[in-house]
Amino acid sequence: MTVRTHVIPDSGAKTPVPALEPLLFELARPGRNGRHVRTSETAEIPDEFKRKAPLRLPELTEPQVVRHYTHLAQLNYSVDTGMYPLGSCTMKYNPKVNDRVAGLFADVHPRQSYRTTQGVLALAYELEQMLAKITGMDFVSLQPQAGAQSEFTALLVFKAYHAKRGEAKQRKRIIVPDSAHGTNPASAAMCGYEVTTVKSDARGNVDLDALKGALGPDVAGFMLTNPNTLGLFEERVREVCDAVHAAGALVYGDGANMNALLGIARPGDLGFDCVHINVHKTFSTPHGAGGPGAGPLCVKAHLRPFLPKPWIIREADGLYHYDTAREDRAPAPQGDSIGTIKQRLGNFGVLARAYTYMKTLGEEGLVETGRDAILSANYLLALLRPAYDVAFERPPMHEFVLSALKQKKQGASALDISKALLDEGFHSPTVYFPLIVPEAMMIEPTETEPTETLDAFAAAMLRIAERVKTDPAAVRDAPRSTPLRRLDEVGAARKPVLRYKIDA
Amino acid sequence: MGNNPYSPHTDTDRAAMLERVGVRDIDELLGAIPKDARHPKLGVGAGLSEMEVQAHLEGLAKMNTNAGDGPFFIGGSIQRRYIPAAVPVLALRGEFLTAYTPYQPEVSQGTLQAVFEYQSLMAELLAMDVVNSSMYDGGSATAEAAFMAVRVTGRHKVVVSTDVDFTYRRTLRTYGRGPGLEIVEVPTAKLASSAEGAACLIVQHPDAFGTLVGVRAIAEAAHAAGALCVQVTEPHACALLEPPGALGADIVVGEGQPLGITMSYGGPHLGIFACREALVRQMPGRIAGQTVDANGTRGFVNTLQTREQHIRREKATSNICTNEALAAITAAVYMSLLGPEGLRAAARAGVARAHALAKRLAALPGCTIANDGPFFDRFTLRTEMGGWDLRNALIARGIQVEVTASHFVAGRREGRDDIIVQCTELTTEADADALVDAVAQLSRSGETVVTR
Repeated sequence: MTVRTHVIPDSGAKTPVPALEPLLFELARPGRNGRHVRTSETAEIPDEFKRKAPLRLPELTEPQVVRHYTHLAQLNYSVDTGMYPLGSCTMKYNPKVNDRVAGLFADVHPRQSYRTTQGVLALAYELEQMLAKITGMDFVSLQPQAGAQSEFTALLVFKAYHAKRGEAKQRKRIIVPDSAHGTNPASAAMCGYEVTTVKSDARGNVDLDALKGALGPDVAGFMLTNPNTLGLFEERVREVCDAVHAAGALVYGDGANMNALLGIARPGDLGFDCVHINVHKTFSTPHGAGGPGAGPLCVKAHLRPFLPKPWIIREADGLYHYDTAREDRAPAPQGDSIGTIKQRLGNFGVLARAYTYMKTLGEEGLVETGRDAILSANYLLALLRPAYDVAFERPPMHEFVLSALKQKKQGASALDISKALLDEGFHSPTVYFPLIVPEAMMIEPTETEPTETLDAFAAAMLRIAERVKTDPAAVRDAPRSTPLRRLDEVGAARKPVLRYKIDA
Repeated sequence: MGNNPYSPHTDTDRAAMLERVGVRDIDELLGAIPKDARHPKLGVGAGLSEMEVQAHLEGLAKMNTNAGDGPFFIGGSIQRRYIPAAVPVLALRGEFLTAYTPYQPEVSQGTLQAVFEYQSLMAELLAMDVVNSSMYDGGSATAEAAFMAVRVTGRHKVVVSTDVDFTYRRTLRTYGRGPGLEIVEVPTAKLASSAEGAACLIVQHPDAFGTLVGVRAIAEAAHAAGALCVQVTEPHACALLEPPGALGADIVVGEGQPLGITMSYGGPHLGIFACREALVRQMPGRIAGQTVDANGTRGFVNTLQTREQHIRREKATSNICTNEALAAITAAVYMSLLGPEGLRAAARAGVARAHALAKRLAALPGCTIANDGPFFDRFTLRTEMGGWDLRNALIARGIQVEVTASHFVAGRREGRDDIIVQCTELTTEADADALVDAVAQLSRSGETVVTR
């Protein structure tokens, strides 16, 4: 294969940069094909239904396809490649055994009888129990396929809960903090709620007075990430939850940052009515270049009647089945359930990986995970503090937020620093989020990076900070050692090219 | 310590880290947490070695019957199809598998180009202008299509055919509770006459029972009433049937799992979502687009992001963030390996085998094919036994099928108590023989099975 060699400016080290790859369509030639599926059969399709439009998919041989995707893979940064300190994303190592055992369940169809899927149901049932114990909740729905879908599910549950109490019409607002992930207000809007934002206080907590001022008989719920997106534990979390409950509303826990709480504290003990889990963060399932994930929803007993159906039932003899999908002729009534978000068990292949991780770690391993994640973040913060401003001066949990405001004044922004990090061989932190910190850089090292890597990352960040002082233009010009230089995102949105045009 | 095998910190490391932080113990960092809530006992048991956990999971897996263990005719939106060896080898490479959403395009061109190619391949297959980078699954894609139609038209009524996959209709109804949509279910034959005041008509072709549907007339009726036409479809069917873009569909959704993705008891799969160019600003989900870098070299980025939640928050077109990008890449690998002829061959095999099998079954006494019209690669079989009894008797003989009754949980239709028989390129002569023999035997004996 072709390899371009670039000189990394600061270290002088030679690193091969993989060449760009043509598009599939540009590699194809009519008449090339593999022999993966072959048949001489003809299909009986009435003429009126037959495809008349041409089907111009690229024609390639298998060796070409293998090289193409191998070359594309080489253009990617990944956890398997190196440290990936995206804040709030928990890019920890993804154990390989989890992928292998998930494959043991690959050839099972979700519409099979409970009698032929006892292994699936047993795993899912035990996973529900484990998640309930870890979060301090009572019941779990495995259906949501991602955190955002879990938020939406929970808000439907809130709506059904208030409807049961005759307050559905009156409770039409959801409150979110100004530090919330964008999915929170988006989920609330999708669920037909108006969104009210409350500000954070000087210590990075929800401003309790502002929250109390916003609460009232028209509020359905409050969505809180804890630790929040500043990496800070909500110092008056019980008072916050009490205030929400006093107004007759419910508290939603966004579990994106649950990694910090493993064995440290449980949302169920802090006053939350429910919490979702991003198993692709906390429980090590690979993120797949954007997905899949899974977002189990864990609730207290008073919200259980509203959870999506079906539920897994375990009989005294150890047999598992569904409460609504029993193979008798009359399906059980849905009761107060909101319905179904995803048939049966959600993203089972992802859930099986999370289960395997939890079985591997066990109680002691989970506790150690939370503690090591917190220690790693505090250690890295101590190394970076000399060069960067810290958004809030109190010990963070598993992640922290720096501000590059000082560097911005010297001539290079958080974006520039994030690009310079790519030249140093590291993925960038999350930048410009949370929105309440100017020039935010949100860093989450996770528990799986050794101190050597944390030290090297810190050294790179410090070198960049020095560079900003002496030669900010060079930092603004980064990256230079990546397969491509900075991309024109404005142009991409102004004149969208969203597919390869064969005729073009 | 050393209880998490993936954490590299030794006790010496931890001591050095604590010293650097300036505390003696991690507990000094936890002051914000209420004391009585700290360090709960979880009760999840002790950890296992990799060898032990592998054996434990193998034990659980053995409690299942795999689709490949015997004659298998369950299908619908999720299908057992042949997956070429190169598909998992490529799609599950660590650089794809363990990457995050491509927030830094300079080091994510692999993901972005692969997704752009997926969008291009799928757009060609569906004959649609724009495909997004994925939704969670066919069900959520259907619900998001309805929400999009509501945004586009400003109307709140959604009309969906009862012949749309029942799992999609359930998800649609559940999603609809959020904004309080009026969701009306009518048989396919009545869709066209129900368009008045609707945001969209949702039709599936081929439908949940395999029947071919005249989408064109439904799309025309929708457009005449100012509504959109949403077509639910299946990727293999589009290789042989006139594609949705040629039938007048405005939004196309479906399940992409049959494109090289394992069934895995329902997920992770691939929500296909496509629309006409004029509607793209109302589309949910990420979209990869082509652009150039600072040197003018072609590259790819996530684009039109002002539709998305991380920018627009409560004004976004959807709350979706994590999607199924890896499944989209998997589908692209599958399509590029099979090519147009391989895809058509796989689809043809399913159709040919379903039709051959249907002929044999229809020749048995008391058996009829109960589809409303010509069918594609699955059909419904009506016998004197009734669907549930037949299914359970077949399962007892190691033959797995699905019943139509599942499709009518929210409003059962009279006279529909059948089994659904799905064929693909993996359906063998021996599978077909086994089903024909069993049905022949059962319909002679009049056997009934009591379910628990």
